[in-house]
Amino acid sequence: MTSTVARPRKAHRKNLGRRIADNWQLYVLLLIPVIITIVYKYGPMYGIQIAFRNYNPGLGITGSPWVGWKWFERFFRAPNFDRMLWNTVKLSLYGLLWGFPVPIILSLVLNQLRFKRLKRTVQTVIYAPHFISTMVICGMLRIFLSPSGGLINLIAGTHIDFLTEASAFRTIYVASGIWQEAGWGTIIYLATLSSIDASLYEAAKVDGASVFQRILHIDIPCLLPMIILQLIMSASGIMNVGFEKAYLLQTDLNRATSDIIAIYVYEQGIVSARYELGTAVGLFNTAINIVLLVIVNQIAKKFGDVNFV
Amino acid sequence: MSVISRRKQGELGGFSDRTSDIILIVFSLIILLIVAYPLYYVLVASLSDPYDVYAGKTFLLPSQFTFDGYKAVFAEPNIVRGYGNSILYTILGTIYSVALIYLVGYPLSVPDLPGKKLISIFFIITMYFGGGLIPTYLIVQKTGIMQTVWAMFLPGGVAVSNAIIARNYFENSIPGALKEAASIDGASHFRIFFSMIIPLSTPILSVMVIFSMVAYWNEWFTALIYLTNEQAPLPLVLRNILIKSSASANQASMISGGYAELNKMTEMIKFASIIVAAAPMLIAYPFVQKYFEKGLMAGAVKG
Repeated sequence: MTSTVARPRKAHRKNLGRRIADNWQLYVLLLIPVIITIVYKYGPMYGIQIAFRNYNPGLGITGSPWVGWKWFERFFRAPNFDRMLWNTVKLSLYGLLWGFPVPIILSLVLNQLRFKRLKRTVQTVIYAPHFISTMVICGMLRIFLSPSGGLINLIAGTHIDFLTEASAFRTIYVASGIWQEAGWGTIIYLATLSSIDASLYEAAKVDGASVFQRILHIDIPCLLPMIILQLIMSASGIMNVGFEKAYLLQTDLNRATSDIIAIYVYEQGIVSARYELGTAVGLFNTAINIVLLVIVNQIAKKFGDVNFV
Repeated sequence: MSVISRRKQGELGGFSDRTSDIILIVFSLIILLIVAYPLYYVLVASLSDPYDVYAGKTFLLPSQFTFDGYKAVFAEPNIVRGYGNSILYTILGTIYSVALIYLVGYPLSVPDLPGKKLISIFFIITMYFGGGLIPTYLIVQKTGIMQTVWAMFLPGGVAVSNAIIARNYFENSIPGALKEAASIDGASHFRIFFSMIIPLSTPILSVMVIFSMVAYWNEWFTALIYLTNEQAPLPLVLRNILIKSSASANQASMISGGYAELNKMTEMIKFASIIVAAAPMLIAYPFVQKYFEKGLMAGAVKG
């Protein structure tokens, strides 16, 4: 950014038409991405209105009769509405509550590790699960949790069929999520920690601060802005529970906790081809997310002003 | 906090540096074990007799060492075809995604581009707001790309957050003076893009390539809703084996040993197919690991 300060002034001397003409090649580069975005991102936004219509492909989107909130009402009156809503929120919140601190703790430990080769090895290994498909993760989970000879039952000496226990679903979901993504989550914190001036540690050592104190008084304050930023980003996506894992780990017997809104959208919208209902429920989800985003953003601004700027 | 800081110097927090080192090492080793062991266990299981696996004889080393699981995996036409499909989608999808990231990232990194702010907003909106699953599905239907390879990546649009990372990299890590010198010498934007930006951005390029590769290699839901069974990529093929636990007709016809033998084969294929599906990305990522930090931080500095 700093290197570009002088240039805009020069550019403004030319008139707008001239500047556009000078840069025509850049617009050409942007052409394909813009077209794709209009068709496949803005197109669906336009299509959201079918949530308020009785969609008839023959009549087209705007030609289909307007029915107002009919589909939303149907969703709110669905027998499992409460269950789906709370399952979605709880799964997300538990994931955040348990999952959020883990990368922070890991990076604080790794950052203080003086044996660089060990640190490097641990880093490489803990990134690995991030690169594995949800499908494969769920396949592994099914093997590990199998009642007959699954790893967990072998270790515990039991024969529990965990995936048929509604009470175990959230734990399985959250724990496997931490296993898969916590390592990857350390990257951003480790990068932040690596920017700490080494002389700060030296000074602390001279003053007799222990490793624990260096973490407490140097590392954590340094990480705090990044922690807040990450928290804001995750908090605004509360309704975006990973559909894939919930869907792949769902069994008829654990539906009491595994039924989430995203699965309902897929089952109603795609499998049963109830396009209007699926669209309405999807819109409901998006709307909550946007409200959360705005609220969290507002809080962050306030918080940011008081503490960090 | 204040209680701790009032304690005596040198043993504040309770531990000397040496003790702390030991604690940190032990902690790291436990983490290492927790992450690595499940993967190792599946690897060992894939080389063992499945009955021994379920009897708990393969915690550390394979029992009745065998490659039969892998032989069965590669004898399974669905899996082989899925593998081929996955490779195709990964190559095409990665080219598509990375090209788009560059096509968006570079113009938006040029400081005096008229309309830059507007164009940025145009793309960023799609990060926070979208039509959702069903309207996108209907557009895919309407544009006639259903059951074609295009459906695997066109509906994804532009990976906007990656484009922002690339833009920030072009702005901050490629010297402005270099770009200016080139344009004074009469180089066009095309020329600068192809002979300066692309060659000078290999770190970010490799991060974008690996991120895209991983995303396409692991993708199955898009294929589930848009493609036919013959077009299914590997993870979707594995759904029948890993999640639904069904043996294919092919296995059933090949095996003469009856139900028990079939059952054994199904279990062996499970372990081996997990390894076969996960291995390519697990082998690839360490090569570009050193760029991850750079890539992710470039995006975090200003979003």
